[in-house]
Amino acid sequence: MAEQMTGAEMVIQALVDNGVEHIFGYPGGAALPIYDAMFQQDKVQHILVRHEQGATHMAEGYARSTGKVGVVLVTSGPGATNAVTGLTDALMDSIPLVCITAQVPTTLIGSDAFQECDTVGITRSCTKHNYLVKNVNDLPRVMHEAFHIANSGRPGPVLVDIPKDVQFALGTYLGIDEIGPSRHKSYHPATAGDSKAIELAVDMMLKAERPIFYTGGGIINSGPEASEKLRELAELTGFPVTSTLMGLGAFPGSNPQWMGMLGMHGTYEANMAMHDCDLMINIGARFDDRITGRIDAFSPGSTRIHVDIDPSSIGKNVRTDLAIVGDSGLVMEEMVRIWRTKTNQPRTEAIAPWWEQIEGWRSKHSLGFKNSTTTIKPQHAIQRLYQATKGRDVYITTEVGQHQMWAAQHFPFEMPNRWMTSGGLGTMGYGLPAAVGVQVAHPDALVIDIAGEASVQMTMQELSTAVQYRLPIKVFILNNERMGMVRQWQDLLHGGRYAHSYSESLPDFVKLAEAYGGKGIRCSDPALLDAAIQEMLDYDGPVLFDCLVEKHENCLPMIPSGKPHNEMILPDFEDDIGAVIDEKGRQLV
Amino acid sequence: MNAHLQPSGSAYFLAAETQVPERHTLSVLVDNEPGILARIVGLFAARGYNIDSLTVSETEHEKGLSRITVVTVATPKVLTQIKLQLERLIPVHRVHDLTSEGKSLERELALIKVGGSGEPRAEALRLADAFRAQIVDATTESFVFEVTGKPSKIDSFIALMVPLGLIEVVRTGLAAISRGPEGM
Repeated sequence: MAEQMTGAEMVIQALVDNGVEHIFGYPGGAALPIYDAMFQQDKVQHILVRHEQGATHMAEGYARSTGKVGVVLVTSGPGATNAVTGLTDALMDSIPLVCITAQVPTTLIGSDAFQECDTVGITRSCTKHNYLVKNVNDLPRVMHEAFHIANSGRPGPVLVDIPKDVQFALGTYLGIDEIGPSRHKSYHPATAGDSKAIELAVDMMLKAERPIFYTGGGIINSGPEASEKLRELAELTGFPVTSTLMGLGAFPGSNPQWMGMLGMHGTYEANMAMHDCDLMINIGARFDDRITGRIDAFSPGSTRIHVDIDPSSIGKNVRTDLAIVGDSGLVMEEMVRIWRTKTNQPRTEAIAPWWEQIEGWRSKHSLGFKNSTTTIKPQHAIQRLYQATKGRDVYITTEVGQHQMWAAQHFPFEMPNRWMTSGGLGTMGYGLPAAVGVQVAHPDALVIDIAGEASVQMTMQELSTAVQYRLPIKVFILNNERMGMVRQWQDLLHGGRYAHSYSESLPDFVKLAEAYGGKGIRCSDPALLDAAIQEMLDYDGPVLFDCLVEKHENCLPMIPSGKPHNEMILPDFEDDIGAVIDEKGRQLV
Repeated sequence: MNAHLQPSGSAYFLAAETQVPERHTLSVLVDNEPGILARIVGLFAARGYNIDSLTVSETEHEKGLSRITVVTVATPKVLTQIKLQLERLIPVHRVHDLTSEGKSLERELALIKVGGSGEPRAEALRLADAFRAQIVDATTESFVFEVTGKPSKIDSFIALMVPLGLIEVVRTGLAAISRGPEGM
């Protein structure tokens, strides 16, 4: 049904055709035609944000909790530049976004017009792909292609920049099936892995004595079926499973084969097992530096299988012995099939000594902490929050810092798509808007942002969005009046000289919540914590929970800079934390 | 060297790089669309790769394809990354490492302006003839020579022109193609 319509109407029609129900945006001069077209329809609901960065994180939360593409609509100039942080965040964490930016009319491009910026130039390195549409008849194809590129292969953000005259211009709209083959015949994302390589992988798994599944966000991105396949594969093989920060939820936290998260703040057992394994099976993770620690001492005796949909991730940071380029879900399905043709037994007996060793590491209880009856320990607060919400369908977002790591350590997940956090970019201010986006997608679910008092102030204004759309998000602030992770590193590396890492003139979060039209709750007494959490959960509306916690608690265990996996700081060594890192390690990030 | 101790670009890696950088010529087939060169150059800049020479031109107008020839210097590990990162760009069709694929032809064109009179002028003309350089512009005090060939041949010709009154040089950068019947 080739139809004549304006560019602005095409944008809306393309959103509808691509199954979009919600978009997050902020109007402005150059975007007015699209907003006018939006006003005259009711298929796509627009969520008005308070800052364009908020829109991008909302779209990320929406995308990560649903598997759908998150959509952002902003105006030219500052609208576009404000979106850059969220686009970069989505690129680093492989989150599918389509960001529509308005641009000044084509006749004014290059003239330093009001609210003009080189949007495609600025966002070239922080998007998977971007477009400047100069002809209205290109717009339908570009819009459909943007959704396809964002959500296929390794997902990522795609930006479409539309000048105002193109929004007004009349052209021919074509639906997804009418546009013919993609302009980019060059784009062929990998799907199924090479069967021979997968068979080789299964053969290696059948011989392994100290195997480990090292899983990542690629499994979440592949879809819920991939998580099912991981569970099946783990059960078939009997192998232990660990995961990166981004992969939490793909494997159930309650499963006995689960070893907890790995990496800088991962569990002792997960990191020791990574170091001592003879076969590492990496599925959908990218050997990030937070995971590997010191590269030249990383897992010295292991053979490594790496399953990744992005060929450039393979061999980038560490050596890989067997590469399988493909979708993690499809590759695991094939692994399960081939395993079944070769045996019907897990390798329980062969790897029993390995499990015994793992149990030994587990008995160190590396997530342990000294609880207190006088001050609330942050880990304790998260554990109580977990207990209070257990059994409910709960979605957790976080900001970035100590609270984020404590949430990853102490809040186990049973299902994928329930954990939204900024992993690669480490964007403070991600969690509150992400929670808004999750709540838009799941209006009846319990959505909690586990926050820090420093991070949450970076995008605090989005509480106003939550109030406007009656989104009952809960913001659980672990308030230590410090940028806790910065403070911890200053203790580790800089002699405890706390340069600008403490929060002075903090707002009264209870009054702030009330000022926005939400509810504020404060708690500083461990004895009253459970009741206060219950009060938060019972309230039908947005809540800021100001949980005053121990100010100088360290986030442990920790692999310090420049150290390998087997040289973790455990909670027992906490007293001498300043002496752990040597002069060379101090230079690292 | 122990394969487990392969160096890496990680922030955690403390030891020095042990692989030796090599000069390679890459041929990149891309969609000829606005911004494509910026994507390629931006990728090299953002990831810290070197560009020694860069040549771009549309080669198949009907298909809208351009061929980009990049000469880069990098360790084998980084060369692999450069190729894979280029292939991640949506408008990139194929990347060939002509150097590692063996037999390839490399040619460059230079325009060289030489001034002078008397014996140096005559000597410049004799050398131009030996190098099969064409005279494309002449005045009573100057010549512009056009010379094509391998970059090393052009380097030699320019070096010889320096004492004879070299004024300025412009070079196209490298164009390269594989030998034999196969295309890219």
